[in-house]
Amino acid sequence: MRYIPHSEDDRRHMLASVGASSIDELFADIPKEVLERFEPMGLPGTSEIDVERVLQEASRENIRPDRVISFQGGGVYDHHVPSVVRHLTSRSELYTAYTPYQPELSQGTLTTMFEFQTMVCELTGMEIANASMYDGASAAAEAILMAERVAGRGRVLVSAALFPHVRRVVDTYCWAAGIELVELPYDDRGRVDRSAISRNVSGLLLQTPNAFGVIEELDGLKASLGDGLLIASCHPLALALLEPPGTFGADIVVAEGQPLGLSPSFGGPLLGLLATRGALLRQMPGRIVSRTVDIEGETGYTMAAQTREQHIRRERATSNICTNSALGALAATIYLASLGEVGLRNLASLNFHKAHYAARAVCRVPGVEPAFAAPFFNEFTVRTTLDPTQIRERLRAQGILVDPPESLAAPAAGGLLRFAVTEKRTQEEIDRLAAALQEVT
Amino acid sequence: MRTIFDRTPSDDVTGLLPTLDVPVDASDQLGEKIARRRPIRIPSLAEPQVVRHYTALSKCNYGVDDGFYPLGSCTMKHNPKMTEEVARLPGFAGLHPMSDPADAQGSLRVLHHLSELLGRIAGLPAVSLQPAAGAHGELTGLLLFKRYFERRGEAQRTRILLPDSAHGTNPASAALAGFAVTKVASGADGQIDLSTLDAALDDTVAGIMLTVPNTLGIFEERILEITARVHRAGALCYFDGANLNAFLGRARPGDMGADVFHFNLHKTLATPHGGGGPGAGPIAARDILADYLPVPRIVHEGGTFRPDWDAPDSIGSVHPFYGNVGVAIKAYAYLLELGDRGLREVSGAACLNANYLLSRLRGTYPLPYDRLCKHEFVASGRGVGADVTTLDIAKRLIDYGFHPPTVYFPLIVPEALMIEPTETESRETLDRFAEAMIQIAAEAASDDKLLHEAPHRTPVRRLDQTQAARHPVFTYPFAGASPREA
Repeated sequence: MRYIPHSEDDRRHMLASVGASSIDELFADIPKEVLERFEPMGLPGTSEIDVERVLQEASRENIRPDRVISFQGGGVYDHHVPSVVRHLTSRSELYTAYTPYQPELSQGTLTTMFEFQTMVCELTGMEIANASMYDGASAAAEAILMAERVAGRGRVLVSAALFPHVRRVVDTYCWAAGIELVELPYDDRGRVDRSAISRNVSGLLLQTPNAFGVIEELDGLKASLGDGLLIASCHPLALALLEPPGTFGADIVVAEGQPLGLSPSFGGPLLGLLATRGALLRQMPGRIVSRTVDIEGETGYTMAAQTREQHIRRERATSNICTNSALGALAATIYLASLGEVGLRNLASLNFHKAHYAARAVCRVPGVEPAFAAPFFNEFTVRTTLDPTQIRERLRAQGILVDPPESLAAPAAGGLLRFAVTEKRTQEEIDRLAAALQEVT
Repeated sequence: MRTIFDRTPSDDVTGLLPTLDVPVDASDQLGEKIARRRPIRIPSLAEPQVVRHYTALSKCNYGVDDGFYPLGSCTMKHNPKMTEEVARLPGFAGLHPMSDPADAQGSLRVLHHLSELLGRIAGLPAVSLQPAAGAHGELTGLLLFKRYFERRGEAQRTRILLPDSAHGTNPASAALAGFAVTKVASGADGQIDLSTLDAALDDTVAGIMLTVPNTLGIFEERILEITARVHRAGALCYFDGANLNAFLGRARPGDMGADVFHFNLHKTLATPHGGGGPGAGPIAARDILADYLPVPRIVHEGGTFRPDWDAPDSIGSVHPFYGNVGVAIKAYAYLLELGDRGLREVSGAACLNANYLLSRLRGTYPLPYDRLCKHEFVASGRGVGADVTTLDIAKRLIDYGFHPPTVYFPLIVPEALMIEPTETESRETLDRFAEAMIQIAAEAASDDKLLHEAPHRTPVRRLDQTQAARHPVFTYPFAGASPREA
């Protein structure tokens, strides 16, 4: 087999050195009954050519991304990934490395993680960030656990306008930890209802822009929580245009990092961002990298604050996370480095303006109106008089894709439909959306 | 090491982005209250600057494509290049997770088939691909236990038993799932002692987490007695799959008494580790736990595949969508190519390489459990040189061009060196590694300064961990700002 570099002569020589007469003898320590019960999975094995053929066929059973116009979003977006990102993340010194346990052999990984942490802090306005979580949903869940460790009230407020797929993961983690989630309703502008905020909680998790695309106002929220922690789940590109949660006293900021140079990949791998205040370092989950010096005084990077982590602290660790999304973090770092502040602001601005043009175009269709009168970034929700599932199906027949209505938060009265517009959408495509919508409603 | 923030910005990134092609309305404003005022201190660089920077950094890294990487329990085997290509096919990479199932039949079919194959490899039919990593699989599996006992009215089962040789993720996952951890000491032979186990078992125990073979590389020879006793006590058996490479294609956890088993696709099924992730940690469970699996599950009905949400007893979701699909596709491609015969060859060669390397180090390094091992073994650096530690040996290996083994784990062996060669290494590589280890032992006896100061030829020398702990710097100290220290 091509992945095993042994000759018959090697095997003979090695078995002799071991003192065994056959490979099978090396498995003599497995109970006989177990070996006898074994059944193969029933695959014959094949060649690279065949494997490629099988998977090319499977990939063609999916919709061809170049033959449709996507207005899908809800946390995972159709952004352009610059070639330089894929090219550099394919450097095998980086992608075939393990977790950087030996810093002298891992300065590439460690330096980019340090850059990543810095960039996340720049975007979120926070003081420290970890080197990634699995995805934005588990990052949000772990942020709640962190708030609970700090405040210990057993109860956390959660905005009703969270993406349902994030909420589901949060629910599971909180059930496991015995934390009660109290849902905070949204008002008629689509924002959290501040009058319903109670103080006797470990924290509040809200999302901005939220599941309707509505940007939350964070000003004053922290004060209304008493000493509960303010956790904001953000869109990382929206932060290029928005004053970051750090300014408004957020304690933890999490985000789904997929928009930063990762392909949608049917929802995985994704990239979780988690940033917090320096004072909360000891409660933070995940890996973190620090700058230090070597024995000659040269600057270098190494994993730090590891006494929080599972391999040291075991059942008292802040999390069980070990493998994270390091390659996604590398992609995000290279993505942000390719854009820089100037490019990032331009990109966010393209998203913003195209989405606003689209919202106006879509809402000129009779029977379609904005669901909420509040600022949004690149995603907005409309209310229609028709069944949104039916509209989605009819648009799909014309090669125009939108998210399913159930991906909006707790369906309010009336049909809601959400559209995301990235820098990739052209005016012509947006006009086609409006025309198609006119036709199907 | 220079960072991207040390590069001189060029500010002109024209060409990467399109120009705005839609009319702007005067009302398209965010408003003062929310619009960004803070700068974003990320330099805008020209593409050649970015390419040179990250290419230079990549050269300060060591991956399995660079050489031998015998990290114990990490299974750093060769990552087939073909699998990278297929996972990147536009039909896979460009697919949105909330696509209509009719638009995602190819991906759903691959995931469904992969689930079936993993179920057969484990001998446990109920599979979920949602967990994003091994530790995530552990958490998910333990949540199945939790729900199982909730439904049986045995919520008093709040303890998880853990051998003292367990990976650190095991106790951390148990805690995250809301269980208390009880440690079970290993016997003198490095395996679980049955009377110690019996003493720990009662009706407050929900389950045990076992690693098979264990982290000493030893197959628990009494595995059937262990799992039978756990089951007799009304508890369940979780198997950590980090060491599946040891018996792939020859034995199945389901036949050993496992109730839940997790795979590390980024170990056993050859997907790359990415410098720390992403991985994937699918779980396979016995049918009695099937109702509790995460949602959505992929079902095959009337010739089509669709996500199924109708599972009232499910623990819920542990991932927003279907897990790390990109990783799953690579693992699937690997399985298709290898087939049953290939899998059997993998474990055969993995165990041959480990036992061969063990035989080469015998007599030079202490082997606290010198016996037939599986895919890895544990040596010790203790006593190799008067004043030399395992860390010194590890760092000196770097000078010889090798990535060091896992060090100081498992915790039950002092000065542990945990060595896992994997099946993708040649005899020539193993011989060179063994000779380097023997040479280092000789150096330890004659010139220990050489070891203390190692490595000598890396981009940075041995790093000051104390400074990193006492005065950590987690973000770039921009000029004019005080560095963000915690």
